[in-house]
Amino acid sequence: MKKMLMASAATLALTGAASAEDVKLGILIGFTGPIESLTSHMAAASELAMAEVNASGKAANAYASVRGDSTCVDAAAATAAAERMITADGVKGIIGGDCSGVTGAVLQNVARPNGIAMVSPSATSPALSTAEDDGLFFRTAPSDAREGEIMGEILSEKGVKTIALTYSNSDYGKGLAEAIAAGFQAKGGTVSINIPHEDGKADYSAEVASLAAAGGDLLVVAGYLDQGGKGIIQASLDSGAFATFGLPGGMVGDSLPAAIGPALDGSYGQVAQSDSPGAAILTEMGKTAATAFDATSPYSMESYDAAALIMLAMEATKSTDSKVYSAKIMEIANGPADGSGVKILPGELGKALELIAAGTAIDYDGASGVTLVGPGESAGRYKQFEIKGGKYETVTFR
Amino acid sequence: MDFLNALVALLNFVVIPGVAYGSQLALGALGVTLIFGVLRFSNFAHGDTMAFGTAIVIMFTWLFQSWGISFGPLPTALLALPFGIAATAALVLATDAGIYKFYRRQKAAPIILVIVSAGVMFVMNGLVRLIIGVEERNFTDGARFLLDGNTFKAATGLAEPLVIKTTVAVTVVVAVICVAALFWFLQKTRTGKSMRAFSDNEDLALLSGINPDRVVQVTWIIAAALAVIAGTLYGLDKSFRPFVYFQLLLPVFAAAVVGGLGSPLGAIAGGYIVALSEVVLTYAWKKVATYVLPDSLAPDGLMQLLSTDYKVAVSFSILIIVLLFMPTGIFKGK
Repeated sequence: MKKMLMASAATLALTGAASAEDVKLGILIGFTGPIESLTSHMAAASELAMAEVNASGKAANAYASVRGDSTCVDAAAATAAAERMITADGVKGIIGGDCSGVTGAVLQNVARPNGIAMVSPSATSPALSTAEDDGLFFRTAPSDAREGEIMGEILSEKGVKTIALTYSNSDYGKGLAEAIAAGFQAKGGTVSINIPHEDGKADYSAEVASLAAAGGDLLVVAGYLDQGGKGIIQASLDSGAFATFGLPGGMVGDSLPAAIGPALDGSYGQVAQSDSPGAAILTEMGKTAATAFDATSPYSMESYDAAALIMLAMEATKSTDSKVYSAKIMEIANGPADGSGVKILPGELGKALELIAAGTAIDYDGASGVTLVGPGESAGRYKQFEIKGGKYETVTFR
Repeated sequence: MDFLNALVALLNFVVIPGVAYGSQLALGALGVTLIFGVLRFSNFAHGDTMAFGTAIVIMFTWLFQSWGISFGPLPTALLALPFGIAATAALVLATDAGIYKFYRRQKAAPIILVIVSAGVMFVMNGLVRLIIGVEERNFTDGARFLLDGNTFKAATGLAEPLVIKTTVAVTVVVAVICVAALFWFLQKTRTGKSMRAFSDNEDLALLSGINPDRVVQVTWIIAAALAVIAGTLYGLDKSFRPFVYFQLLLPVFAAAVVGGLGSPLGAIAGGYIVALSEVVLTYAWKKVATYVLPDSLAPDGLMQLLSTDYKVAVSFSILIIVLLFMPTGIFKGK
């Protein structure tokens, strides 16, 4: 018995001394569901960050990803997927969830009870800013409260006086619609109607009839591009109710102009995306990555940054315990208050690890120009776009 | 001018969508009512029969499109309709021979047949998903508009657009043709007359030498044809998704019951009543009222009786009210 104990102690010591510990990180996003057209890019971006850290050879751990399907809308399925990641796969941190409703559910039902940190690249509901999180929840995407302000600015600059507003009947849609209404009213605009639409229906003519009856210079659709949002736009164009649409982040993706056609030209909106130098670097990296992806697809850059933040925090604290490394995430993202931290862009994760090892402070900027504010959420940069010839043309960044 | 604007807004947002949806429901309800009249049970599988037929039509549409065959300004799906009808008729005849016939021989109570049809419904539900998947399919092609809003506004100088989609026009024309053909068949042909005789009094019909198997088969074929046409028109006008078709069962049944189960005329009236009630009760009347009323009376609110979320509740309520106060329906069904 004594021998055996000795032997196992020796084995333990050996594994402890081994250079790289395998650390699994969960990627919990909706590979099926309303935003499935975005998630392949998001996952590939996160995995690229892990590959980069591993390839640098300067990390204490070897990182691997475990993909889980949050479905974006089904909280029970997302909770089960997160539970499986933690108990069966033993992940040490989660990149996700994606949509706000499932993210809140996973945070409360799985992440907090198990003490696992979550960094969401795309959950944007204002409600998550005030959610109890035990310091475990961060997001590299900004809150919709900010997007509402931006959209209010854009609309009033365009000379819009009255808008009709419809939102996907979900946590994301409702939160965003309230933010947009508040943002637009703050600029002196009028919201003629603010009604929900259900996703997954075949016919939106009744909703559009109500919106048309209330009227407005344009229709703001705070929905999902693969779901009701598309149906509302199609029905509005078919009945001649509205010709121009305001499109928040959830309505940005190539499948929308492809489905609607030239009638969508002239519609405009904004999406969380950065003009930081890191954005261009990641776009290039995405093209040549092992799993090539389009980094300009919404929330891909945030996904890269989410993965990078978790890994850098783990390396800086030399710990894979969520409670320990999550306390370091804000510091990694923002650097010291005097701004002396060395800026880190995509492709420089190896350099970041060297600096951390040398005890130099870093300020992770990443692809989306990460600056975390308040309870650990991105301050956010938004790309203002207009659709021209079926393409999302960038107007400016704000 | 204001009055004309109000009229156009009413046409565009209430009457035209209501009539198109009503025609689709009426065709579906006709199938339900025929089955009820001849076979004497409520066929819960009708919604999924519609979904199955539409799925087949969509696959043939894709095939034709890949061959470069089109129907000019009309949707290619119309060319694929006969194939969808043939496949669906084969499916329901096989279902009848394999399942319903057994219970008919046993003279099973109607309630048992209803439950059996619910079982058939779930099997068809799965079958459709296996064939075409669960995603939304848009298979409309050809010209999108017969009359588009901007052309109308330019031509008339009115502020309100009037839009007639090609699919709406196709829906109404096809529905009229189908209904006319069905009534001609039931009134004038020998088989149609024997169907009506069988429906009115089974024993007398059998005594006078009518072949019951043949009547049952013809009924299934006609019901299948109506289901496929209704499903395809709905899919063309809106979009196809198996789950939506499953949910269509409720308004279709509401339409058949309102008109009186077993009465073809009732099914048509019921279809329009249910569709127009859904649209009228959930429409925001603000715009129309603003045009018609003098400025001093112009409404501030939306003048909407029910939020659009409650559209489904409208057909439920109609179903309950009719069953409570007029169980046989408007046209005195069974």
